[in-house]
Amino acid sequence: MNTPMPGALARFQDAFALALLTPEPAAAIPFEVAAITTQPAFAVYRNTVMKGCVDALQANYPAVARLVGEEWFRAAAAVYARGALPADPTLLRYGADFAGFLARFEPATEYPYLPGVARLDRLWTEAHSAADEAALDPATVAGIAPDALANIVLHPHPSARWAWFADGPIYTIWSRNRADEPFDGDFDWRPEGALLARPRDAVEWVALDSAGCAFLDACAADGTLGAAAQAALLARSDADLAGLLENLLRAGAFVKMSLNCSHP
Amino acid sequence: MTMVLTAGLGLKPQHYDAALACPAAGLWFEVHPENYMVAGGPRLAWLEAIRSIHAISLHGVGLSLAADADPDPAHLARLAGLVRRIEPALISEHLAWSAWRGTYHPDLLPFPRSSEALARIADNISRTQETLQRRIAIENPSHYLKIDGHAWDEIDFLAELTQRTGCGLLLDVNNVYVSARNLGYSAEAYLDAFPGEHVMEIHLAGHSPDPNLGDALLIDAHDAPVAPEVWTLYARLIARIGARPTLIERDDKLPDFATLLSERGHADSLLRAPLAIAA
Repeated sequence: MNTPMPGALARFQDAFALALLTPEPAAAIPFEVAAITTQPAFAVYRNTVMKGCVDALQANYPAVARLVGEEWFRAAAAVYARGALPADPTLLRYGADFAGFLARFEPATEYPYLPGVARLDRLWTEAHSAADEAALDPATVAGIAPDALANIVLHPHPSARWAWFADGPIYTIWSRNRADEPFDGDFDWRPEGALLARPRDAVEWVALDSAGCAFLDACAADGTLGAAAQAALLARSDADLAGLLENLLRAGAFVKMSLNCSHP
Repeated sequence: MTMVLTAGLGLKPQHYDAALACPAAGLWFEVHPENYMVAGGPRLAWLEAIRSIHAISLHGVGLSLAADADPDPAHLARLAGLVRRIEPALISEHLAWSAWRGTYHPDLLPFPRSSEALARIADNISRTQETLQRRIAIENPSHYLKIDGHAWDEIDFLAELTQRTGCGLLLDVNNVYVSARNLGYSAEAYLDAFPGEHVMEIHLAGHSPDPNLGDALLIDAHDAPVAPEVWTLYARLIARIGARPTLIERDDKLPDFATLLSERGHADSLLRAPLAIAA
């Protein structure tokens, strides 16, 4: 089958879009737009597109920007943008892979905690824009008979996001920079995790240990409370399961509870 | 009952609380729907709170109507969802393209006004209006480049779009001033020829000289108060076509809400002159 030839409008748009990302008026500029890309005013479009991308990344990754400073951040964001323009006009969603980019970005190697901090900034955005739901009332779980508890399934709240960072105090670094607190490097270098959720109006966050992260991973996979408890103990044999469940419920990590009927 | 919209303001997150508390009569707010295309959370809650008091206009930047492609169905569906939720008084988009082959360029990009482009844009406007079940207004862009191959004059092009689709027009007076200066034509002549009967909304904004080229190239940066020349053009326009909902846009170097409100008050007082004559 023949593919229809693109029309003049499509050829113009292909050429214009390519020229936006081609820095020099060089031979690579397609002839369809050569007469306009050589005008000094073409830079207005190049600059506006790049500014729009960099502004969006700076808004979406505030803790990263605060850690490295605006100049470093905007230079790095421009490199990211040249490799990956947004796919979606809702720029709140732009930069999903920014943490991965920072992990591969050679100038960022002196900031080994940066990808983790970027990941938490991203989880904050996801929690911020997730669907509105009332969090599960802790009293609902408190009313379950002890022998039935192991078979209930707790479903994470649509805004709940959690992550475990085995390689450093990412949560401490992130939360101090997110809250605009002084960042003096005065903290223990140890693994950390975090839970972010929006059970009410605004995103809230708490520290979470490896047992808590494993527990929530099991819940997200529709595991029973029994299975989640096993996962938590596997991650940390001295885990305080009662205290963990109480903290998760208080943080608004769950939206509802159901009974697993396959294990009567 | 139809609410009469007079002068409105672009709504910025920094001003949510002040906007919510502001009692000015006829005040309305405009937002980019793309910033509210989320499942839930504080952004939508703020917008709904303000909507419970003031009329809202949704001014899109992401439909890419001038791209040689159908509007992205997912984006259009999200816009339709927001229209149902907010019930905006006005909906508008641009005579420009931004999304192309799966990539969004955060800008409003130009194109040669050919008959091919006209047919494609008319089709995209019609699809949008059918999906939203609403009439939308199309905004005249700011121009920086001399593009060969315009088969259509811009005003004729916009007028033809209204004929083919029943859409309305959003006349940005600052864009007219900036474009006329950059490309060397008369802003007065452009405004005098604009089909006033289709104008659903007017935009006013500030501009700045290009950092490298100076006054030889004006940038529609929305980073300054409305210029005196633009106020003069605006008064000339509404003396001819009558009062229309008029928005003060400000996106950068944001002043406090009271300053914007006072600029909005100036538009409001100019608007009320033709209203008083009509009454």
